[in-house]
Amino acid sequence: MSSKKNFSLIIKDLIFTGLIATVLLIPIVGFRTEISTVDSTGLTFNYNFIIAFFVVAFVVGVRFLFHIYWFSKIQKKPQENSEKNKKKFLKKLNFYLGAAAAVIAFTLPFMPFANRYIVDVATLVLTYVMLGWGLNIVVGLAGLLDLGYVAFFAVGAYSYALLATTFDLSFWICLPLAGILAAFTGILLGFPVLRLRGDYLAIVTLGFGEIIRLILLNWYEFTGGPDGISRIPRPSFFGFPFARKSEDTTFHELFGLEYSTMHRIIFLYYLILILALITNFFTMKIRNLPVGRAWEALREDETACRAIGINPTNTKLTAFAIGAMFGGFAGSFFATRQGFVSPESFTFIESAIILAIVVLGGMGSQIGVVIASILLIGSTELFRELEQFRMLAFGLAMIIIMIVKPRGLLANREPSILLNKKNE
Amino acid sequence: MLIAKNISSYYGNIQALDNISIEVNKGEIVSIIGSNGAGKSTLLMTLCGIVPAKTGSIIFNDTEISTLPTHEIIRMGVSQSPEGRRIFPKLTVYENLLIGDPLKREKDINLEFIFEIFPRLKERINQRGGTLSGGEQQMLSIGRALVSQPSLLLLDEPSLGLAPIIVKQIFETIKRINKENDTTILLVEQNAFGALKLSDRGYVLVNGKVTISGESKQLLENPEIKKAYLEGV
Repeated sequence: MSSKKNFSLIIKDLIFTGLIATVLLIPIVGFRTEISTVDSTGLTFNYNFIIAFFVVAFVVGVRFLFHIYWFSKIQKKPQENSEKNKKKFLKKLNFYLGAAAAVIAFTLPFMPFANRYIVDVATLVLTYVMLGWGLNIVVGLAGLLDLGYVAFFAVGAYSYALLATTFDLSFWICLPLAGILAAFTGILLGFPVLRLRGDYLAIVTLGFGEIIRLILLNWYEFTGGPDGISRIPRPSFFGFPFARKSEDTTFHELFGLEYSTMHRIIFLYYLILILALITNFFTMKIRNLPVGRAWEALREDETACRAIGINPTNTKLTAFAIGAMFGGFAGSFFATRQGFVSPESFTFIESAIILAIVVLGGMGSQIGVVIASILLIGSTELFRELEQFRMLAFGLAMIIIMIVKPRGLLANREPSILLNKKNE
Repeated sequence: MLIAKNISSYYGNIQALDNISIEVNKGEIVSIIGSNGAGKSTLLMTLCGIVPAKTGSIIFNDTEISTLPTHEIIRMGVSQSPEGRRIFPKLTVYENLLIGDPLKREKDINLEFIFEIFPRLKERINQRGGTLSGGEQQMLSIGRALVSQPSLLLLDEPSLGLAPIIVKQIFETIKRINKENDTTILLVEQNAFGALKLSDRGYVLVNGKVTISGESKQLLENPEIKKAYLEGV
């Protein structure tokens, strides 16, 4: 392509960009209604065309820079290597995304803009990231469609709440116990559904989630029914409570800090961050072990798995149990953070959201879960003011993602195990 | 090595195998030939417990295996390359091979012999299984079955849907596996001529029953078999 022709194409494109920007921006930026100070009608119409012009100019300018630095490079790229380059690029992108996410996650509470609200939302997002990673073991790796994952979250939360309030056990003892109980529930669900696959499995798990919720709702003597369980003890910093005053040494006394309610919020944030990272680390490791390989094989072809000598019963049960265990961990974190649990927190929509996170993120992709959680949970928080339109925006976002990226945001499942050069 | 006596098996009410008795001795290649729906694949599936045998006994190395679950039979040294290859399309060739021994860790698995007989698999090691050609997928399926170093290898129609020249290569490799790796092989084939030429002994299956059996050489000469299975091949 000659440079002259190229140049005229760019000009055409810039004019087109300018036109679109003008049409869009004149009503958005150019017109403005303000409360009138002159007459009694209440509102007046002001024009801001100069600002609109500058914004249009800015858009065109950015588009021009794109032409110079971005599009030209794409055209120059050799064709034959593009597939390989793309893979390399995606791999790099995955790595940098992961590294950047980790750095941001660790420094977030100390950023200048981090207030209580932001840390709270981030904690909520991380809870969903952890749930997403836990469910990813069941759905993404083992390929068992689970529509009742929130049941394990509920079992974890109630286990923690009951253990902590009845036996006065500390968070660090209750956490593993809640995980074990949730894993046990996972096995309990696993047994009857061993023979089921796909749609049928989904229906049964859906029912299971509802059963757990109904038990929590109706077993009044044990769970408190619709009243839930309140006054769940807050976690302490390894025995040092977060309180203004206490009989024990408090956290701020230990470190010689001024008392602030933010300490506990930030501690909870780091707690869920570390729990989530443990989930991630565990998943990455287990993929390389025989049981992880068996999960992935089971997802692809159950009959072939049997012919190879994989025991499908044990494999499915371990997937259910381990996925449930992480759900239970997340549940006990949820209970200690809220200080209150009730069946209302564990409705089907929660299962649906967690599943949506996994599916939108790209089944089996760890970083995809993070991005999807930020998008789904973060955006619903962002649109909180829209109230009932929130679900509409939520649905729309999902539809758009499914149209644009039908296999999830990051659908390129990296092979778990590659044969290294040294082995060859 | 493997003695199956009077086994019958059913899919629901439909009888697929009727009183079948076969025997495989150590070091042999035994082929089972027959037309579509004769029960060849069912026989293999029954031998390794995927389809349960309703009657009869299956004895492998002096152990009754007809009541054991599949994974336990396979851990005793039987391995199967299932019909239609059944590789895992989204996993890489390497991952496919590793799954061949679901109990061992990656570092304990030795793939040298498999790469020696199927150098093509080594070239494609980090490629997804689904991107391989039909012949390569068949190699992968056989390779995967060999990872657990079985003493008895069950092959279900390794020639299915492959070009004649590839079939020839696969058959030659099967012979190599039998000779060099000291693996006993039970081969189920529609390609009767190729299978009988390759094997020591053969069974002919018709409607779930063994009709003729004997040395492969004799079977190749048998006028009935010639008429039914070998004409035009």
